[in-house]
Amino acid sequence: MFEIFNLFAFALLVIVPFSGIKQLARLSALFITVQVLIAFAISIYIFKQGEICFQYPGSIITGVLNFKADYLSGWFIAVISFTFLTGTFYGIKYLSKYKQEVSKLRIHAISYVLVYTSLIDLCFIQNSILFLVAWEIMALSAFILVIFEWEKPETLKAGINFLIQSHICILLLTIGFIWIKVKTGSFDFSAISSFTAHHPALGIVLFILFFTGFAIKAGFVPFHTWLPLAHPTAPAHISGVMSGVIIKIGIFGILRMATLIQTDYTLIGYFILAVSVITGVYGVMLAIVQHNLKRLLAYHSIENIGIIGIGIGLGSLGIGMNNSTLFLLGFGGALLHTLNHSLFKSLLFFAAGNVYQATHTMNIEALGGMIKKTPHTAYLFLIASLAICGLPPFNGFISEFLIYKGLFNGLLTNHFLFTLAILFATLGLVLIGGLALICFTKAFGVVFLGNNRSNLKTENIENPLNVVPLYFIALAILVIGVMPFLFSDALLKVTSSFNKGNVTESVNAMHTAFQNVSLIGFVSLVFIIVILAVLYLRKKLTKNKLSNECETWGCGYTGRIPKAQYTASSFIRTYRKLAEPLLFIQKEKKLPNTLYPGETSQTTHPYDKTEYWLIDKPLYWYRWLLKQFVFLQNGNVQYYILYGILFVTLVFMFPLVISKIMDFINFLNQL
Amino acid sequence: MVSLIIILTASIFFMGIVVRTKSLASGRKGPGILQPIKDIGRLLRKGSVYSTTTSFVFRIAPTAYLVSILMAVLMLPYGNTPGVLSFEGDFVMFAYILGFGKFLMIIAALDTGSSFEGMGASREALFSMLIEPAFFIVMGSLALFTGHTSFYDIFSSLHFGSNISYLIGSLAAFVLVLVAMIENSRMPVDDPKTHLELTMVHEVMILDNSGFDLGMILYATPLKFVMYGTLIANFFIGDLSLIWSLPLFFTIQFLFALTVGLIESFMARFRMSHNPQFIFILTSVSLLIFFGVLLVLGKFN
Repeated sequence: MFEIFNLFAFALLVIVPFSGIKQLARLSALFITVQVLIAFAISIYIFKQGEICFQYPGSIITGVLNFKADYLSGWFIAVISFTFLTGTFYGIKYLSKYKQEVSKLRIHAISYVLVYTSLIDLCFIQNSILFLVAWEIMALSAFILVIFEWEKPETLKAGINFLIQSHICILLLTIGFIWIKVKTGSFDFSAISSFTAHHPALGIVLFILFFTGFAIKAGFVPFHTWLPLAHPTAPAHISGVMSGVIIKIGIFGILRMATLIQTDYTLIGYFILAVSVITGVYGVMLAIVQHNLKRLLAYHSIENIGIIGIGIGLGSLGIGMNNSTLFLLGFGGALLHTLNHSLFKSLLFFAAGNVYQATHTMNIEALGGMIKKTPHTAYLFLIASLAICGLPPFNGFISEFLIYKGLFNGLLTNHFLFTLAILFATLGLVLIGGLALICFTKAFGVVFLGNNRSNLKTENIENPLNVVPLYFIALAILVIGVMPFLFSDALLKVTSSFNKGNVTESVNAMHTAFQNVSLIGFVSLVFIIVILAVLYLRKKLTKNKLSNECETWGCGYTGRIPKAQYTASSFIRTYRKLAEPLLFIQKEKKLPNTLYPGETSQTTHPYDKTEYWLIDKPLYWYRWLLKQFVFLQNGNVQYYILYGILFVTLVFMFPLVISKIMDFINFLNQL
Repeated sequence: MVSLIIILTASIFFMGIVVRTKSLASGRKGPGILQPIKDIGRLLRKGSVYSTTTSFVFRIAPTAYLVSILMAVLMLPYGNTPGVLSFEGDFVMFAYILGFGKFLMIIAALDTGSSFEGMGASREALFSMLIEPAFFIVMGSLALFTGHTSFYDIFSSLHFGSNISYLIGSLAAFVLVLVAMIENSRMPVDDPKTHLELTMVHEVMILDNSGFDLGMILYATPLKFVMYGTLIANFFIGDLSLIWSLPLFFTIQFLFALTVGLIESFMARFRMSHNPQFIFILTSVSLLIFFGVLLVLGKFN
């Protein structure tokens, strides 16, 4: 299966350069669909029959290449494949606007397949060298996907930023793997387990090293700065896929390490919990003040990574404290939220892509009233917004509920520090929920409702091809929300793979952990039914009543100026004032200071404080330092030859000088 | 089932008592107890006007809002009888279902394209975000206190032993009263009877609603009040038999309505910019409750 899967990718790579524009779309759709079907088959097989193991002889350098797909891999294969499937069909429609640029589309298709294939392969690989190679293929092809519109300078800038940061991630992973290789002499993942089993203290350092590496990919604060740059510049289907699943491979990496490394998980749990709460709250706090719709969604991915991280942190604490309920709810919630987020975030990005193609802008302030121009997109965006805020009856609620339940169960344990940590995690999660509500009422309300705020020309771009894939995602969102019990068996199996024998899993704990998940689905269903019933009742009761249409009541003001509407900035102004000390908002004001008020204006540019202190400032100092040596680069070839001679002389002189100094020291010693 | 019936009953009289208290406090005789509910009935029979700017969101939001509160009410227990829907962690769903209704009301206000309604929507979104932590910490402390995580289990096993637990109970009641006031956009935060759109929160959000929809929105207010009143009443009902608990329940609701009326009569509305600070105070009070619980359980070690 695995070989056939890769073979299809390879076949497509060979065919694409020779195909015309028409066949290109069809071929890539066909091949990726087949690949996705194979992937689903693998995933189903894993959940039905247990894990798949096989090996290749490998080479002298790598040693035997082990491949293993356990439940964790199966879960991620399914998650990744679904989003790639919808992303492909949406992307083909989205890219049909760029028909003329065939070569661009070809390399795009190739990179797309490469990213997908390498992501799935990463779920199998158990060998560090191979893992790094696949990771590099994934990072490079993701980079090419992001810079689709490379002729725009800001796209290229964001792309390079992404490239550099993903290589810092690879650097950290490489260090970790080399360390293991040096210590154990093996590139196999099982060496990590055996090594850390003997050195639990080093296991913590190793885990934090890997966590930092994967956190760059996943977008944990403060390693998130590439995310809000890369997402808005990539085409919509790529943003959706990237936010939905590519950053999730970082989560996969962290979880994979959690299955391998054996160490004190209590400490790691506290660490992850702290980082995640900060990530979640900080991500959504910044999301609210964004004016660019896709950038807002990108910051929201950071927030959701935080929620997933809270789940992972709880689960790790569950391992550390031998608390099976906490363990199940934490990891279960995190895994389910990974799936859920991949669904609603890709849906949001695809819907935002439709808005972009209709209006050619992503500036929230310029939009408005899109529900009349693109009604289907508006419904879908609404469903996804409700889901991402974690509101029932949609899927986001289920996973957040599991995490909440884990938190409240954690409160009941008898440990003061732990109770306190749980308290702050709960506070964080509640704040995230509330802030997400502000964020998405703003995003949906301002973009889709009211009147258009600037006389934008909007085209009607909706057709079945760019709406139907989105409806499939919406359906999945609703199904998980109403029938979460479909997934509880799979979740139980996946969470069991984190158990290294330290947690005593009682059947009882499993039942209490997941028993009321089905009840929640039932309550959500009742909720939907009651709403529909009351709506029906309302229709019946008001059928014979007068129903007029009139302009919005303007409190006595009768002029109809769309500009007088509440804007996104005014909607969040009170919040901005509250959060200002924590954020970094550049304001430009032009006040009326003459007797007769002239033109006035105010603009705000939200910026990221961590980006400023962690990236911009160090770079600035570094450049300042390098600038001190700029006189060396004076353009004279003679000088450069001189430098070369000086260098060579120094290299030769160095050992001599050292030995002379040593002689001198020896001489002094002898005195 | 019991809780649903008595909550619906109490909601009929609740606003009447509030209005009557306010009238008496300001030296007027005031309308009958049933007047507010009659007004709602009148609205339900009326026709409606919809803005041409609005979309389907505006039409379904009031229904979803009312239903969200009804669903939340279904989860409330009454003394020894569990709510219609009762499961572990139900108070999380309670808060999130209410959030669903709020979300739709906020975007419905933005749907009209009116600057005033946008203003109300903005405030509602912010205040409901700020109020959430207080509620969760209070419920979390109660969960910690009793060792259970559902409304029914918490309230049926809640017993006041030491002095400090009375303090916890009264602080929790205080927080819940204020949560109810803020959730309903009542006095210290918002004045429902103000006549200036610039200073309103909830009222300005529903400027464009009329007829049946407005009736539903107006009925949601007493329902929400009684819902929080029931939470408070549950502190005291414990395992009393129905004969004793019913009068107790209605007395508590009556006192709650009286308190609301008195607060509204004798307190001035805050400046809008001071509201966030005020609301956040509630979170710190609820943290006090939390540490009080830790103290009672002797977990400081």
